[in-house]
Amino acid sequence: MNRAEELEAFLDRTPFAQYLGLRCEIMGDEMTTVLPFQDKFIGNAAIKALHGGCTGAFLELTAMAQVFLQSELSRPPKPINITIDYLRSAKGEDLYARAIVHKLGRRMASVRAEAWQAEREKPVAALQAHFLVAENG
Amino acid sequence: MSNEDDKDALLYELMRKNAPKIMNNVPWAKALGFELTGIERGRAFAKVAWREDLVGDPDSGVIHGGVLTALLDNLCGVAANTALREPKSMATLDLRIDYMRPAEKGRDILAEAECYHLTRNVAFTHAWAYHETREKVIATAAGAFALNDISKWASGNEAVEYARKMMGESSS
Repeated sequence: MNRAEELEAFLDRTPFAQYLGLRCEIMGDEMTTVLPFQDKFIGNAAIKALHGGCTGAFLELTAMAQVFLQSELSRPPKPINITIDYLRSAKGEDLYARAIVHKLGRRMASVRAEAWQAEREKPVAALQAHFLVAENG
Repeated sequence: MSNEDDKDALLYELMRKNAPKIMNNVPWAKALGFELTGIERGRAFAKVAWREDLVGDPDSGVIHGGVLTALLDNLCGVAANTALREPKSMATLDLRIDYMRPAEKGRDILAEAECYHLTRNVAFTHAWAYHETREKVIATAAGAFALNDISKWASGNEAVEYARKMMGESSS
């Protein structure tokens, strides 16, 4: 199995990724994740906006998957901390995200991810995260 | 008691009375099984039970961090709401989560949030997720919420009506 297949196999057997219905499109070491909209993702029913915690979970999974894709890890990297900036209200529509690994060290990885909907240039949220990538961590 | 105090107490009482329903009105909180277990002025408490479909690491059975993100985000928002002196609409500006230790398989996660400062435009909050007591902390959060004045489009009784709707109470 190549790295992309290993990532897909891992996501296939991760209950929370299945619960979200997360999909990923992998081209070499580049990946775009897709979160097809479901009614349960709503946070504010009055304005039909996605829950911040849903966007956050999606970004965290995206960042985690990107680290996995670019590393030799056999298990998912463990999050140390994350910061999410909410930039715009996310509508009740599909979400897309991409992550960039700024630094992949022996123990830590620093990652930035952005989620958008209709326009790539108008992200709805951005995430900065640190992960533990040491196998014995 | 002045009129201001009356309105102030009314809002908080409205939240207290509707506490069990608050999370149920948020589809994502309901889907993940969040339960609001109590509120005080500026504080909120919640619980989420371990569930197979929320697991992020199939080998260890640890709940995915994203579930904690949603829980602490939501709870910080509720805590900020209990601190408000007038109904305002609220949106998360940013949220930082520090993961201290993984949540243990099969165990309930408890959480509490505190709104420790409030300005006209921003509510500052902290939150903790843990097993049993805060000594066994799983994650901590710091969240800032942007507050939007709704008095321009809803004044007096309308504002209280908006608050009622937010809490899923039908107008009487």
